[in-house]
Amino acid sequence: MSNLNFLLFGVYPFIVAAVFIVGCWIRYDREPYSWKADSSQMLDNKGFSLASNLFHIGVIFVLAGHFVGLLTPESIYHHFISTPHKQLLAMISGGFFGILCLIGVIMLILRRQNNARVKANTRTSDMVVLYALLIQVCLGLLTIVVSAQHLDGSVMVLLANWAQSIVTLQGVQAAEMIAPVSIVYKLHVFVGLTLIMIFPFTRLVHVISAPIKYLVRNYQIVRQR
Amino acid sequence: MKIRSQIGMVLNLDKCIGCHTCSITCKNVWTSREGVEYAWFNNVETKPGIGYPKEWENQDKWNGGWQRKSNGEIQPKIGGKYRVLASIFANPDLPAIDDYYEPFDYDYQHLHTAPIVEHQPTARPRSVISGKRMEKIEWGPNWEEILGTEFEKRSKDKNFDNMQKQMYGEFENTFMMYLPRLCEHCLNPACVASCPSGAIYKREEDGIVLIDQEKCRGWRMCISGCPYKKIYYNWKSGKSEKCIFCYPRIEAGMPTVCSETCVGRIRYLGVLLYDADKIKEVAATASEQDLYQKQLEVFLDPFDPAVIEQARRDGVADSVIEAAQKSPVYKMAMDWKLALPLHPEYRTLPMVWYIPSLSPIQNAVQAETLGKAGVIPDIRSLRIPLQYLANLLTAGDKEPVAKALERMLAMRAYKRAENVEGLEDLEVLEQVGLTKKQADEMYRYLAIANYEDRYVIPSGHREMNVPQAYGEKSGCGFTFGNGCSDGHNGVNMFGGKKITRRDVIKTVKLEE
Repeated sequence: MSNLNFLLFGVYPFIVAAVFIVGCWIRYDREPYSWKADSSQMLDNKGFSLASNLFHIGVIFVLAGHFVGLLTPESIYHHFISTPHKQLLAMISGGFFGILCLIGVIMLILRRQNNARVKANTRTSDMVVLYALLIQVCLGLLTIVVSAQHLDGSVMVLLANWAQSIVTLQGVQAAEMIAPVSIVYKLHVFVGLTLIMIFPFTRLVHVISAPIKYLVRNYQIVRQR
Repeated sequence: MKIRSQIGMVLNLDKCIGCHTCSITCKNVWTSREGVEYAWFNNVETKPGIGYPKEWENQDKWNGGWQRKSNGEIQPKIGGKYRVLASIFANPDLPAIDDYYEPFDYDYQHLHTAPIVEHQPTARPRSVISGKRMEKIEWGPNWEEILGTEFEKRSKDKNFDNMQKQMYGEFENTFMMYLPRLCEHCLNPACVASCPSGAIYKREEDGIVLIDQEKCRGWRMCISGCPYKKIYYNWKSGKSEKCIFCYPRIEAGMPTVCSETCVGRIRYLGVLLYDADKIKEVAATASEQDLYQKQLEVFLDPFDPAVIEQARRDGVADSVIEAAQKSPVYKMAMDWKLALPLHPEYRTLPMVWYIPSLSPIQNAVQAETLGKAGVIPDIRSLRIPLQYLANLLTAGDKEPVAKALERMLAMRAYKRAENVEGLEDLEVLEQVGLTKKQADEMYRYLAIANYEDRYVIPSGHREMNVPQAYGEKSGCGFTFGNGCSDGHNGVNMFGGKKITRRDVIKTVKLEE
């Protein structure tokens, strides 16, 4: 196991987690006015519905798939599905929603670059996020191609072990787990971690504010003095 | 019964001259920032017309307000809660900037810096959103001013529903009126109901509806929820903004900027006590035409001892009860029934009401005499069609509008008889069900319109939520969210844009 591998996959994730938590905390606490989805829909509505919906639906399912797929221990999912079948399921569903997401993110990038109004109101961080997502989705789809060469699920187990080791704070073990996998997976993990790190400094923070509470609250809100 | 108080407004359209002073003073105070140049918390429209934003009254198009379901419940017309959340990625009912207008400024600096050339330099328009040159300005916040644009386009006005509108396109039948609009600070606000973040709220003590700028996440559902399209998305800050009813002034007992600066003295501000427990039931009234009458049932008589007792128990201050007893809004809406709500069919129970405008008689032959002092025309022969006013103010029910107009005419006839002929013409008042006292008061409030009569605003008793006044000394006043930050620090880790700085068209800097 090289030092670089340990640094990137055994140490970096914890730096990312620290920056993410502290960054979000400070921003939520000190800069609440900047915490927003930052929609540009009203500046250019043409084709926006398709682009935004494709991207968001794609990315939500892909993310949910990652969470469930990586963090569910083998002992639990074996009650429902075998490892090779789980890999196949991940490749098919991830591939489908990944492609939706890819189409969406490309449409959004084109829109942001070509519409004069939206472009004038674009910050560097908006473009960084969009391109990082584009790279990440492409890498993610590439991993499907690589995975197709070994359908026994062994690599998937290694990656899941890496993720589970990280969330249980075992950096050395995590780095050992991920060491033998293909460079494509490693790049995908690295870009993913980086996205989480820049999260508090970009518009991505709106993800945390997903307004689920709306479903259970009363329609009217009255504030007392 | 749960009694709350609300500061309501009445606009006397009969006296509005369409000078736009209200809009301009409001804009100068509240929306002269980048991101909301296009937003007019207060605007004045010429009716008939499609208005600002385009066709805002057409809820088949924008889906604003509430709708009554078959089970008798109401829900926002944009959809139930799941539907609202499903639209969050791309709101299908969101007006785009072109539905308002592309805000622009002129290259005035060019007039200073142009080289000596054959032709006089001109200041050409430039979009303040993209910073790009605008060769042609296609629309503005008041493009239809005084019947601008052709009738064909203006006649898309939703208030022409159920009317044979073609004749009003002819020159000799044409009519117009002004409609100043602002947030209605509704009793049953659809914007509050459609906000996924729960950032919009109604204040208990004065009914002002506000958006918590720190809690707003820019999901922009409120813009679609509001049927009056009086919530605006600030494209720079990414938050929604709306008329705040000048609450810092209201709290100090002062009228809103639009009211204060109204040169025609058409605006009235006063307290109404209402029964908060009744709102849900009233808003769900089966027939749209009954909504106006039902809304009147929500308001309570401030002289009734039982109401006063309950109001005190519910925490309404004595000064507020006293103001409610002197309220010009109560007099106009409840006592004289002159003021009517704007589009009650939206079921939001709006709290900015309008006195319909009188107009010259259309046809002298149809005129009837009424009263001793002169010719009072038949209400139905007025130039502005009764049905049009009814579609605007009472969901199409002509009776309340006719009654309000008749009362105004009767008051005029009565005062004319008194001043010109020296007679006391009580007969004309009886015909419209007014007493002498009421008519005299109507004259005082409508014609004289003294400042003290127009604005009866109790101060906000803010001392009650500041237990340690000393600690508040030298505290910050109005800020853009981040504590006392004025947005002037150079570096921001989170990349927020400086709200006080113009980015698109830079402020001119001369380096000498």
